[in-house]
Amino acid sequence: MANISFTLNGKPQTVDVSPETPLLWVLRDTLGLTGTKFGCGMAICGACTVHINGIATRSCGMQAAAVAGRKVTTIEGLSADGSHPVQQAWVEKDVPQCGYCQSGQIMGAAALLAKNAKPSDADIDEVMKFYICRCGTYQDIRAAIHRAAELQTKGGVG
Amino acid sequence: MNTNSMNASRRGFLKATTGLVIGFYLPGRSELAAQTPAPTPAKINAWIRIAPDDSVTLMIHKSEMGQGTVTSLSQLLAEELECNWKNVRTEFPGIDPAFGLQGVFGSMSIRTGWGPLRNAGAQAREMLLQAAALRWNIDKSLCRASDGVISNTANANKLTFGQVAEAAAKLPPPASVTLKAPGQYKLIGKSIKRLDTPDKVTGRTKFGIDVRVPGMVYASIARCPVFGGKVVSFDAAKAKAIPGVKSAVQISTGVAVIADNSWAAMQGAKALEIKWDEGPNAVYNSAGIRKAFTEQTLQPGASAKKTGQGAGALNSAAKKLDAVYEAPFLAHAPMEPLNCVAHVRPDGCDVWASTQMETGINGIALALTGLRQDQINIHTMYLGGGFGRRAGTDYAQEAIELAKAIKVPVKVTWSRENDMQNGNYRPASVTRFAGGLDADGWPVVMTANIACPPMGGGGTFGGGRGGRGPSVDSTSVEGLADLHYAIPHFQVDYHSVTGGVPTTYWRAVGYTQNTFFGESFLDELAVAGGKDPVELRRRLLTDQPRLLGVLNLAAEKAGWGKPLPAGHHHGVAIVNNIGSYTAQVAEVSVAAGKLKVHRVVCATDCGQVVNPAIVEQQIRSAIVFGLSAALKGELTIDAGRIQQSNFHQYDVARMDEVPVVEVHIVPSTEAPGGMGEAGVPSIAPAVCNAIFKATGKRIRRLPIAQQLA
Repeated sequence: MANISFTLNGKPQTVDVSPETPLLWVLRDTLGLTGTKFGCGMAICGACTVHINGIATRSCGMQAAAVAGRKVTTIEGLSADGSHPVQQAWVEKDVPQCGYCQSGQIMGAAALLAKNAKPSDADIDEVMKFYICRCGTYQDIRAAIHRAAELQTKGGVG
Repeated sequence: MNTNSMNASRRGFLKATTGLVIGFYLPGRSELAAQTPAPTPAKINAWIRIAPDDSVTLMIHKSEMGQGTVTSLSQLLAEELECNWKNVRTEFPGIDPAFGLQGVFGSMSIRTGWGPLRNAGAQAREMLLQAAALRWNIDKSLCRASDGVISNTANANKLTFGQVAEAAAKLPPPASVTLKAPGQYKLIGKSIKRLDTPDKVTGRTKFGIDVRVPGMVYASIARCPVFGGKVVSFDAAKAKAIPGVKSAVQISTGVAVIADNSWAAMQGAKALEIKWDEGPNAVYNSAGIRKAFTEQTLQPGASAKKTGQGAGALNSAAKKLDAVYEAPFLAHAPMEPLNCVAHVRPDGCDVWASTQMETGINGIALALTGLRQDQINIHTMYLGGGFGRRAGTDYAQEAIELAKAIKVPVKVTWSRENDMQNGNYRPASVTRFAGGLDADGWPVVMTANIACPPMGGGGTFGGGRGGRGPSVDSTSVEGLADLHYAIPHFQVDYHSVTGGVPTTYWRAVGYTQNTFFGESFLDELAVAGGKDPVELRRRLLTDQPRLLGVLNLAAEKAGWGKPLPAGHHHGVAIVNNIGSYTAQVAEVSVAAGKLKVHRVVCATDCGQVVNPAIVEQQIRSAIVFGLSAALKGELTIDAGRIQQSNFHQYDVARMDEVPVVEVHIVPSTEAPGGMGEAGVPSIAPAVCNAIFKATGKRIRRLPIAQQLA
């Protein structure tokens, strides 16, 4: 066990865990932040995506020790009240079905829009094809990312 | 350990269960409401609670796996209740006989809820009106309810639902109620926004895997890689050396490792050294299964259907053709791996599950604990996908058995590998067809000889549903035995076979294989007779107006027969399943061996629509689900083991592979049909029929995979 300190959703956080424990399980089991989901454990499906220093990262493949001193943002910290442009667009387009993969989809989309304020369909596919949704909400996700880009520009966010 | 899980939700919602107190966020939509302590609601009937603050809590007795029950069932209740939609919130109730069977399968929630839920809403409304009439000392006929407010039509007096709810709850329900005519609907037929969306974009929705209860330990179970195998002995020394692992416990399905977090439990389960008795199923492999099934189809089987002379008419046909079609075993692979939390005490049992089958889990809890019904609490959680896998109860049975053994609350989480390799599956199937045309090229005879393991709701090696005689599994022949075409001589035979793999329902069940087989072979008959596939179907559907309607609508909207972009080709398929009628036209191209599905036009006649936006969502969803299987879904067996373990070996459709889907809904006031499974069956044959047009290659075996390379 080891004490690991990092910034979690804007606040300092220290956990006492085995250093090789994936960040996913530290978030879910140690800290009770269950918005970040377990899907595959192999960094394939994207359900566990969080931002580490602003970069979309699969938390199931990131050892706890590796986040020491870094800034971690989870779906719970993306906005205080669901007002991030991606979340607003998701609500407007009613994207989720079962909703299980959507935390990861949203974190992925938010990171994409932070880098590319007006992505094309091809730009979106290139990033989002690495996020699995078994309910098949892909068409809605693509539309919502375009909408989020508009909201972001309009609101001057990001 | 952070105490987040122990916080009462911001709604101040505390649910007292025997011996423990649990707090969860309720599904909800407004942060303002979230900060208001919930007043005590009055129970008007099993589905409806109304609090003094006018909030209306609707009990959603059909679990939510994305298909929209939280919203659409609320629409049915609220339509007749006449409450203010903005005041609606929802909960999943525990087991209550008032709800009948609590389970979601067969796309039945709207179909079975259509009458009872509108009735429950209307009864509650009448009780509220009666309570207001008593308060005002007037006749109920002078009272009107709208938007959660009751008006006295003789003067300007008003009472809110919340003001009379407590009095209304004490009144007897009216013996009969009059339901609205379709023209009077305010909510039914409207694309109301989903009630569950806001919590699903903020991470607040609680799925089964998110349950945390005080004193809970975490478990991962090592199960025999061969189905039905048993533990002979095990050594847990290496597992126990892993930090966080507490113990290892043998249960009927394997060995459970108990730890203080999920990760440690999973590492522990992998580190176990177990000697297995693999049992009789270790002999199976994919090549052998395929050969055995195919050989069966050469023999006459149990009769599932025969009209006219059946196969006897083949000899007199002017032109004959035959073909063998195959489909593989498939996993459901919901995004939320299976899991269950259970707590068994001497005087009570709580089970938290994302499940399609509360009634089944309740029965297992009763049987395993020996407790009384009033000591059992089944807590329904949101499902991260189900697709039929969660209509079984194996995951709950294990958790209850383990919880009983270790006497503390335990969360069993399946790794993705467990989920894929220790599951229940869509069966592989082989069907041999023969068909005959008359001198003008029209089909006069068609036979199908099916070899398919029977499907049970909980994973089965035998049995299956009846209805077509003792030797026929109805589920395995649906989509062919109930084929709707006017072909005078028609015959379906069935062979019950096994591949040593437990089989179960998979979204759209028998139609997932048989509609692919039948609609593809019909396309072969059309080609052999020189007929246009749409024209052929029209001729065979003259007594099927609703199927003919969706066929014509899809063909028209897709521009069937009109010029397409260079290299693009159309294929068509139709199905009548779960009480709905659906046609799809797929537009594909194949360039340098690479398939691209550009666009799918789907027409559906599902009777009265409750929420058109959710119907469209379900069609888009089903098409992606069916396309995943058609493009790449395949599990293979070696020595009785599933060889694929995770999404790197069992890939599914990704964003860049899915077509633009266009949905057209036939306006109707017929009784509602189902929707969750309506869009699945037609996509594979529509795509494969288009591939034939593009390339001349007939896909008779799924997945398409590398067959075009």
